[in-house]
Amino acid sequence: MSVANRPVHRPLSPHLQVYRPQLTSVLSILHRATGIALSVGALYLATWVIYAAASPKAYALFQGFNTSIVGRIVLGGWLFCAFYHLCNGIRHLFWDAGYGFELKDAYRSGWIVVAVSLIATAVSWVVGLRLV
Amino acid sequence: MSDLRTPLARARGLGSARDGLHHWWAQRLTAIALIPLVVWFAISLVMLSGADHAVVRAWIGSPLVMVLLILTIGVGLHHGQLGLRVVIEDYVHGDGRKLALIVAVRFVAVVFGLAAVVAILRIGFGG
Repeated sequence: MSVANRPVHRPLSPHLQVYRPQLTSVLSILHRATGIALSVGALYLATWVIYAAASPKAYALFQGFNTSIVGRIVLGGWLFCAFYHLCNGIRHLFWDAGYGFELKDAYRSGWIVVAVSLIATAVSWVVGLRLV
Repeated sequence: MSDLRTPLARARGLGSARDGLHHWWAQRLTAIALIPLVVWFAISLVMLSGADHAVVRAWIGSPLVMVLLILTIGVGLHHGQLGLRVVIEDYVHGDGRKLALIVAVRFVAVVFGLAAVVAILRIGFGG
């Protein structure tokens, strides 16, 4: 076998299992997880307007799920994912601009992201459930 | 310092994803656009809690909401598709499966995005 045809066995990333969990890594993983969840959520959002454009009967079916316990948890969870991904995304944009790389700053911004997204989710739940 | 890339790869500057800087840049631009859009949409969604079909239709059909909602869904799906691509590139090994998944994700995003835009326009223009 010639050198050019030999299969390359380069190390494949990432090796999550060799790291001890810490705030920075957990938030990083959560950013991806919420990103994936929000992508599915975007499809759900598209489905929502498609049902709204359809008949009132079809929309009632869709709305029936939204107002069920499971539906409320899904929508409330979507809100948390959105707030978290939004806040942590802004944190990432600051990193892209070259700010906040010191370990102390990374931890501080991390805790701010956690606090803001939890508070925003809680406020949304309280306001939303009051309007129902 | 030795460079592990070939001179040709370095000259092309396309990196391991063979896509250059375009993906990175598009992801940041859509991220910045989504900051105001997601804040607006999250507040709207909370305010629409308990709204019935007629209220929701009236809301979607107002001109400003139509524009912002099409932007939110379109930019959101594009940003999601860009992000999922990175996840697939990281975790799915084997070029065939990787490419098939990336293409599938893009197709799904385009189909749902287009269907949503048609639905919003239908509501707005009274179809």
